[in-house]
Amino acid sequence: MSERSIRGKVAVAGVGETTYYKRGQSPDAEFLLGLKAIVAACDDAGISPKEIDGFCSFADDRNDPSRLSAALGIKEMNLSSMQWGGGGGGAAGVLQNGAAAIAAGYADVVVCYRALAQGQFGRYGQGPQVPYIQGERAFTSPYGLMSPAQMFAMKVVRFMHEHGIKQEALRALSMASYHHAQNNPRAVMNGKPLTEEKYDNSRWIVEPFHLFDCCMENDGAAAILLVSAERAKDIKQKPAYILGAAHGSGYRAAAPVHNSGDYPSSNFSTVAPHLYRQAQITPEDIDVAQIYENFTGGVLMTMIEHGLCKPEEANDFFQLDNLIAQGGKLPLNTSGGNLAECYMHGLGLQIEAIRQLRGQSTNQVKDAKIALAAAGPMVSPVSTIIYGTEDTL
Amino acid sequence: MANYLPEGLPSPAPMNDNLDVPYWEGTLAHKLVIQKCTSCNKHQWGPEWICNNCNSFDLEWAEVAQKGRIYSYERVWHPVHPALKDQGAYVVVLVELPGADNVRMVGNLLADPEADVPIGAEVEAVFEDHPGDELSYTLVQWKLV
Repeated sequence: MSERSIRGKVAVAGVGETTYYKRGQSPDAEFLLGLKAIVAACDDAGISPKEIDGFCSFADDRNDPSRLSAALGIKEMNLSSMQWGGGGGGAAGVLQNGAAAIAAGYADVVVCYRALAQGQFGRYGQGPQVPYIQGERAFTSPYGLMSPAQMFAMKVVRFMHEHGIKQEALRALSMASYHHAQNNPRAVMNGKPLTEEKYDNSRWIVEPFHLFDCCMENDGAAAILLVSAERAKDIKQKPAYILGAAHGSGYRAAAPVHNSGDYPSSNFSTVAPHLYRQAQITPEDIDVAQIYENFTGGVLMTMIEHGLCKPEEANDFFQLDNLIAQGGKLPLNTSGGNLAECYMHGLGLQIEAIRQLRGQSTNQVKDAKIALAAAGPMVSPVSTIIYGTEDTL
Repeated sequence: MANYLPEGLPSPAPMNDNLDVPYWEGTLAHKLVIQKCTSCNKHQWGPEWICNNCNSFDLEWAEVAQKGRIYSYERVWHPVHPALKDQGAYVVVLVELPGADNVRMVGNLLADPEADVPIGAEVEAVFEDHPGDELSYTLVQWKLV
């Protein structure tokens, strides 16, 4: 790969979120949620929505940039981009695409967004209720392997088997998210703390995932506004700069019927080196991490594949005290993340990384200067961004 | 032999482009038939139009040994389909086939669903027939050797 880098060229100007709801409980239509988050991100930045000239989304978002442009009265749309891949693997890739467009001069003010109203459009965690099934799923669904949790559990079982990682490591990851959610009034699980006992006694969904190892399903919307580093000097908020951004996956990661080259993997092992090269930092420089929890086992592998922990140290490292904002070695998912804040396909985790660098988190890590936010473990493609404060440039 | 899971799950049907028809015809005859490249002799699974190793388009369907090894597994408890509402726990296994370049297949392990599942253990295929009026198919299941 070349020495070209996005480092320091693009900054986050604004972030916006709607109220986060339990699945199916949004009083607003999905498109309205999207509009509200975009307008909120513009207000946060002090930039008029009319100045947006680029739209990026991911996960097959249904809210088309052309309709958004028309609804908002956008003067000219210079970018409309969709990151490939289902699930939340694109929650950082969407920002990577927007940032690249700004650096290339294609657009000046790019909004990256995701809106979800499952009440309006149906659920994720259910198997297909059809008489016949074709294609790859014909080789899995008849055996009762149908839901996302079931698609990923065997990767985690194999990874834990190879490295001798115990269930308590997954429990610590879940508890870190729930711990942080208790200080975050936006979090859907605010006021619902998790104890070791409650975790241990919770029902299995599919081993090794208890109920509390699985993300929620939510309604809401989130948006992030990107501008050039030059433009960022004039915005209302303290800018968070993109130091590195990468997406992708390794050898035959999506090979059919569980035949990927590196099976027990979050799919970050080829992605992370590009990220650190661009950012010109090492894993030890990360002050706070926001790692997409579709399932805790994915977080475990993501952190290891980003070099934040060695596999042989996992049982010691993945303990609650190490993962909390209040003095932990590496504070993790400080908003409550997808498990306990909201499952906005991971865009909320990107926003929390930015909030940490502004000093605005409800679980603020002291003097946080570099934040890593990873998206979509175990799917393909996956994506990560490293953000830094102005001091890190 | 009773089926491992209850009736009512989606039935597998061959693809409209016919890519996987030989596999389903093979299972009906209780044969395990997967793709093999005639150029580099490498097996691959699931079916694709090109060899992922040498990019030859000349793939054949080859019968392989009905023996495998448990590579990973999962024990499912939460039903995500109405047909599984009263099922209780069941085990999905990922089986690698040492006789076919270690390609992996998904199936169920025909054993007590709450028993320990030994990763690395040898298994052999069991053919589970599902005769039907419109579509008959056979699933490949696995039991410990």
